[in-house]
Amino acid sequence: MKSKLEKLKATCIGIAGCGGLGSNCAMALARAGVGTLVIADFDVVMVENLDRQYFFLDQVGQKKVLALRDNIKKVNPDIDVQVHDVRLGADEIVRIFKNCTLIIEAFDRADMKLMIIETVSECFPDKFVIAASGLAGYGNNNALRTRRLGSLFICGDEVSEVTPELPPLAPRVAAVAAMQANQALEIILDDLELVGDDDAWDE
Amino acid sequence: MKIILNNNEVSMAGESLSVRELLTGMKFTFPLIIVKINGRLIKKEDYERIFVGDGDIVEAIHLMSGG
Repeated sequence: MKSKLEKLKATCIGIAGCGGLGSNCAMALARAGVGTLVIADFDVVMVENLDRQYFFLDQVGQKKVLALRDNIKKVNPDIDVQVHDVRLGADEIVRIFKNCTLIIEAFDRADMKLMIIETVSECFPDKFVIAASGLAGYGNNNALRTRRLGSLFICGDEVSEVTPELPPLAPRVAAVAAMQANQALEIILDDLELVGDDDAWDE
Repeated sequence: MKIILNNNEVSMAGESLSVRELLTGMKFTFPLIIVKINGRLIKKEDYERIFVGDGDIVEAIHLMSGG
């Protein structure tokens, strides 16, 4: 296990978004021993975020990246946390995450999820993306799963969209965030290979 | 033609379908979908231009908002 811990310590993981998925996933990766976390978000902590995001009442009004860095450092001050207070577009993703082994997609909007998956697929074909789709509501534990499409992993039930009637709630959001973190550990510790099937297809 | 769609073998009329026709036919109706054909990510703007044929492995996943 010692060599595994050393491997995690030498790993850099990017987290795009510090909301329900990103904040919970970052804490799980920090506790597991990942050495470097690159976190990005433009938002500030609001009271209504506390229903599912890993922040505290006294952090309301703070930038999410700074509040999350503080929370990570409270668990382990040795983790290198690189913060980017920025609204992520394709250019920022390429600039900020270029040194990361893999990238956690932790946006709330589906169009942003598509954007980062397309950007990484195009600009970083050698990097894994672990995305989330379908985590609203409560219950139905067994619908949550992980599907692999080459260098892309998607965690969630793939059907539960957040709506006013079906809000994101702490248990299911945190469960999917933990699935993303767990998948990241598997990629790193088991040296998962990017499957080369992309070459088999020609226009 | 027969394709593998999300790990299931599916028989379809004709020799090829555009990605758009396939998605419509299979009732993938949400606006945001990840589509991979034989492991390659297909961009939305190419859905009319790229065709699926016999033996292709197609994966389609709805992207749901929430995070």
